[in-house]
Amino acid sequence: MPKLTVKSATLLVLAVLIAVTPFFFPSGYYYRVGALIFVNGLAVTGIVILTGYAGQISLGHAGFAGIGGYACALAPEYLGLHPALAMVLGAAVSAVLAYLVGRPILRLKGYYLAVATLGFGILVSMVLNNERDLTGGPDGIAVPELGLRGVLKDWGLNLSNGQFWYFFCGIVLLLGAWIALNLYQSPTGRALRALHGSEVASGTVGIDVARVKLQAFVISAVYASVAGSLVALQNKFITPDVAGFMHSIEMVTMAVLGGAGSVLGAVFGAGILTLLPQALTVLAEYEQLVLGLVMMLVMIFLREGLLPSILRRLRGRGE
Amino acid sequence: MSEFLQFLFSGLTVGAVYALVALGFTIIYNASDVVNFAQGEFVMLGGMITWFSHAAGLPLPLAALVAIIATAALGVAINKLAIGPARGAPVVSLIIITIGASVFLQGAAQLVFDKQIHSFPAFSGDTPLRFGGATIQPQSLWVIGGALVVFVGLWLFFTRTLLGRAVLATSNNRLAAQLVGINTNFVMTLSFALSAGIGALAGVLATPITLTAYNVGIGFALKGFAGAMLGGMGNPKGALAGGFLIGLIEALTAGYLSSTYKEAAAFVVILLVLFFMPQGLFGRRSTERV
Amino acid sequence: MTLLSVEGLGIAFGGIKAVHDVSFRVEPGEIVSVIGPNGAGKTTLFNMISGVYRPGAGRVLLEGEDVTGMAPFRLAQRGMSRTFQNLQIFQNMTVLENAIAGFHLQERGTVLADLFNLPSSRRRARQAEAGARELLARVGLERAADREAASLSYGSLKRLEIARALAMRPRVLLLDEPAAGCNAVETEEIDHLIAEVAASGVAILLVEHDMKMVMRISNHIVVLDHGEKIAEGAPAEVSRNPAVIAAYLGTEEAADADG
Repeated sequence: MPKLTVKSATLLVLAVLIAVTPFFFPSGYYYRVGALIFVNGLAVTGIVILTGYAGQISLGHAGFAGIGGYACALAPEYLGLHPALAMVLGAAVSAVLAYLVGRPILRLKGYYLAVATLGFGILVSMVLNNERDLTGGPDGIAVPELGLRGVLKDWGLNLSNGQFWYFFCGIVLLLGAWIALNLYQSPTGRALRALHGSEVASGTVGIDVARVKLQAFVISAVYASVAGSLVALQNKFITPDVAGFMHSIEMVTMAVLGGAGSVLGAVFGAGILTLLPQALTVLAEYEQLVLGLVMMLVMIFLREGLLPSILRRLRGRGE
Repeated sequence: MSEFLQFLFSGLTVGAVYALVALGFTIIYNASDVVNFAQGEFVMLGGMITWFSHAAGLPLPLAALVAIIATAALGVAINKLAIGPARGAPVVSLIIITIGASVFLQGAAQLVFDKQIHSFPAFSGDTPLRFGGATIQPQSLWVIGGALVVFVGLWLFFTRTLLGRAVLATSNNRLAAQLVGINTNFVMTLSFALSAGIGALAGVLATPITLTAYNVGIGFALKGFAGAMLGGMGNPKGALAGGFLIGLIEALTAGYLSSTYKEAAAFVVILLVLFFMPQGLFGRRSTERV
Repeated sequence: MTLLSVEGLGIAFGGIKAVHDVSFRVEPGEIVSVIGPNGAGKTTLFNMISGVYRPGAGRVLLEGEDVTGMAPFRLAQRGMSRTFQNLQIFQNMTVLENAIAGFHLQERGTVLADLFNLPSSRRRARQAEAGARELLARVGLERAADREAASLSYGSLKRLEIARALAMRPRVLLLDEPAAGCNAVETEEIDHLIAEVAASGVAILLVEHDMKMVMRISNHIVVLDHGEKIAEGAPAEVSRNPAVIAAYLGTEEAADADG
């Protein structure tokens, strides 16, 4: 039997999970939760590229999710764009903004980069909160229907709203995972991982560190933006919380919880942190407490993340 | 002119709080090279614990003392339980740990206290004092005075006492400090206690003016960090000056430009400082060794 | 034409002159060694030439072009490569991937091709991998190709670093203590490798503590002490130079003062 590459194994596992889990759903509500996991998984896959591959931190990526989300609310209304095109526009705006902001910011390292990205995220959420005339302020704004479900219905594929978003987000996640896995083993991905390993050595082999960092930043911003768009389109509503500080922190936590170095780990982390509040609905006040605790515990005891630690243990037992 | 003076007063008041937070950052940064993003939570805890103890019947000065001591103890606990075990971890891990501590403390404050906005009476009444056509709250003088007293106290501690010098030695070279017999673990404990205590004091002094709630910490942390960075990371004089400057910039932005975006002023300053003079006003440029 | 020439290079840290007014040249196919007691400024000199530090004074010319203070990645694009005294290995990658990283300039293409795994991207990656495997074989690491780089011994990592540097097909190669931590057999292998690379026309600048090796393979030796050039010449001349002997006899004293 030919050896399964990490890439095909990851895609296979994801595809099977997406296709098979609905058979175990006790109610239609779980399609919603599933879709949310996939969207979070998509945003976190972007963080994997930035943090897991390239070793750069961002505490402001929710800002790009906010741009993606509000693009779907505003572009159809003001520019008459179809929501699907609004999503593309949002991604483009996020990419351009990431490029412009990233150029100066990514010269910074460690704490300084963390604070600069955090400041960027807060600025975005401040604008979304304060420009009431445009964004509706803290109360949020309505988002038009994507309309793809109706098209599918005409073609004879009749899905409930929950089912449609579950499979749609699942497919987008698969696509995002495929792209991230392509990148991993490509020359650009290698350059990203090289700069994570040693910036000095990267320079001596000719890697333009500033340039590849910027590439990772822009790519991950597009992931966050598309995830933000999907949330907005699915809920047909969006509030500035999507761009908030806590959302940025959640993204990073999901990535490191699952294992920032691998796409499957990221989705795993997104799954756990998305399910946790659902499981704790009775204990909603504990959410922040638990989130903070998870962040600290993972970084102290499982620095490479949950999934790699589990895999290592399994492998250790097998030998 | 009186308008400008008014903005100046309010800028100096919030600036004093930021300066105290920046000093807290500086102490921990110097002792451990860690930027403690939970620094703002100490300010929140100072305010919240004082309010809670005062509401429970303690006289205000005693309530404030309880808050400062409890927060200092929490600072030590964070060092022992979360930052200490991750010594030598990559910066990204340390950032996530201290942010985690910050989120955790916010979550805990929500549970132990509540989600309301709180305050307690000003120390010397609410009758505004008049200066050249502008007014200033007596509490503002407490805050500004507090920042200056803490700064002088720290300066004396670090330059005049053996213990203070031990802390400085540790910050210069941890290994060498250990070799000459300094208990660097104790120095770390002390730094976190001091830093958390100063943060709590800032919360105690500022709450009658700025009010407090479980989620005010992150704002203080960011502006304190902006102040510390503006002054030059690791430099106490810079932290003091930087904190006051951030406060002034914020107040003048609110007064002359836009009160909605006064919060943005601090971040714009952070970004500008980072881009154009990453070593800050009083910092030194360093060369990375390979 | 002179490949690398260093003219009056100097740098000071906090007012102390770490390197002062050092000049020399390296011709194609030549091996020039920089020697001197600990703390003489050898690595600092390397860091200035390779763009890690910006020199305070003087110039670095690469084939006549002024490249002083140019970022390392730009120097790499112009054909300069180096290894590090204290190793700069990509610890998060496998041995093979480390070697492939050396092919970055040859394998890089557009990001879009990489994101969508287009045939052009796959082809570039395949070529780089083939080249990397060849180089690993050349430094005797072919069997370790799929191991994590972090799991290798110090001597093996030294050779991996050389392989990575060679992957760029440099015209100027700076080697900072390539034989440190290697046993006699390994040292001799590295010795041959360096000679072979030089024979192909590459200009090699070497810092090495193993004096036997330096005397054996160098065409030309530059001696530094306290950041200044105190002697220069063929190995035989330099080893007889009274100033050099004095500097080396003073080594222990100097090391004490440094410590």
